[in-house]
Amino acid sequence: MTSVSININGVQKTAEIADNTLLVDFLRTEARLTGTHVGCDTSQCGACVVHVNGHSVKSCAMLALEADGAEVATIEGMADADGSLGVLQKAFQEHHGLQCGYCTPGMVMSAADLLKTNKNPTDHEVREWLEGNICRCTGYHNIVKAIQSAAAEMRG
Amino acid sequence: MYAFEYVKPKDLDDAVALLKNHEEAQPVSGGQTLIPTLKQRLAAPTQLVDLKHVHGLSGVTHDNHHVCVGATTRHMDVEQSDILHHHIPAVAELAGQIGDPQVRRRGTIGGSLANNDPSACYPSAAMALDARIHTNSRMLMAEDFFTGLFMTALEEGEVITRVDFKIPARAKYMKFPNPASRYAMTGVFVAQFHDEDGVRVAITGASEDGVMRHHGLEAALNANFHADAVDAVAISADGLMSDLHGSAAYRANLIKVMTKRAVSAIQ
Ligand SMILES: Cc1cc2nc3c(=O)[nH]c(=O)nc-3n(C[C@H](O)[C@H](O)[C@H](O)COP(=O)(O)OP(=O)(O)OC[C@H]3O[C@@H](n4cnc5c(N)ncnc54)[C@H](O)[C@@H]3O)c2cc1C
Ligand code: FES
Ligand code: FES
Repeated sequence: MTSVSININGVQKTAEIADNTLLVDFLRTEARLTGTHVGCDTSQCGACVVHVNGHSVKSCAMLALEADGAEVATIEGMADADGSLGVLQKAFQEHHGLQCGYCTPGMVMSAADLLKTNKNPTDHEVREWLEGNICRCTGYHNIVKAIQSAAAEMRG
Repeated sequence: MYAFEYVKPKDLDDAVALLKNHEEAQPVSGGQTLIPTLKQRLAAPTQLVDLKHVHGLSGVTHDNHHVCVGATTRHMDVEQSDILHHHIPAVAELAGQIGDPQVRRRGTIGGSLANNDPSACYPSAAMALDARIHTNSRMLMAEDFFTGLFMTALEEGEVITRVDFKIPARAKYMKFPNPASRYAMTGVFVAQFHDEDGVRVAITGASEDGVMRHHGLEAALNANFHADAVDAVAISADGLMSDLHGSAAYRANLIKVMTKRAVSAIQ
């Protein structure tokens, strides 16, 4: 067992964990933040995407100990302080960018990372960026629409 | 996953000592291949030695003839490297086509070369650009480094530290990605040098033995560096992979098509 300390959505979480604990399992079982999903065993689906030190990564392909001392942002941190949905989340709701919702946390976290560096992406750039996020329901069109509408709103 | 101990040394000597002193220790870099493998219990290391914190293993530099990429340099850093964009844009483009942004954010060149997946992208660049692969103890030419499917000349506990790509006059990587995995169904790296190396063509994703050079294509392109020159070259399907994604004959055709596309982009 090894001690790990990770700042999750602004709250420091310290625990003794087995070295082979995945970051996603740490988030879901230790921190009890079950918004981050696991959709595959092969690191291909992107349901588990979170931000580590500001950048999107697949939390199923990273050990919790690799994030020791880091800042992690999950879907739970995307809502505003009063619990109302953030801009991207609202846009997904508005544009019907989700059906079953399983892929949505990863989609939102991945999109949020894109919009940090590319404030005005083309549809093609959005689709390329979402290469690692698989959705079995929506057919992606409305996801792209939602992200574009959030991007426009963020540009003001 | 089986249990293991995770260690993150800061210095290369310590990393190598940890790997040498524990028979079942294994290096981890980006973990984008190794962690999924561990999850499937296809590997059971007792120690995971993280190379990401080892000083001096990351970054891109160059001299007159080579661009040198540290082993723990991530795909995304290669994709965005000004030095590579200037000297060998084909390598930056190759890195930008690996997997997806999250894989590129963590996966590294050293891990890719050490793994030598028969469908991985970097081995083709290393072969076509006559790369020197440095380890903690020696230097190997790419051609001697890749020894077969998922096999390399690396010995137990040996760690890749840096890769030097020889700067070509022009080069291009063309990949036909598997739509599900994004790995190459067939990828062709064409490089032309103005010295005795001439044209080098390296192919990934096609051969049962992993990355290979194609001397027939090289001879034809040395005679005439034009996509039309590819038409006359016979590409044998012998020794090419046949699997649910495509037959050997299909891959033989992909070699031709991807080579033509690569050459037309730079001829
Ligand atoms: C969804 C997905 C899509 C992908 N698509 C592509 C693709 O299109 N093209 C492609 O080429 N690859 C692809 N990959 C693989 C990706 O590029 C990996 O990052 C890469 O193959 C391994 O690099 P890594 O740093 O993650 O290595 P790790 O997973 O950390 O290690 C891989 C192996 O190399 C060993 N190792 C690591 N570093 C060293 C070193 N410096 N010296 C000696 N041994 C070392 C490890 O012990 C392990 O055996 C994909 C992966 C995923 C999950
Ligand atoms: S759970 Fe599928 S990529 Fe992480
Ligand atoms: S909404 Fe169901 S998988 Fe995307």
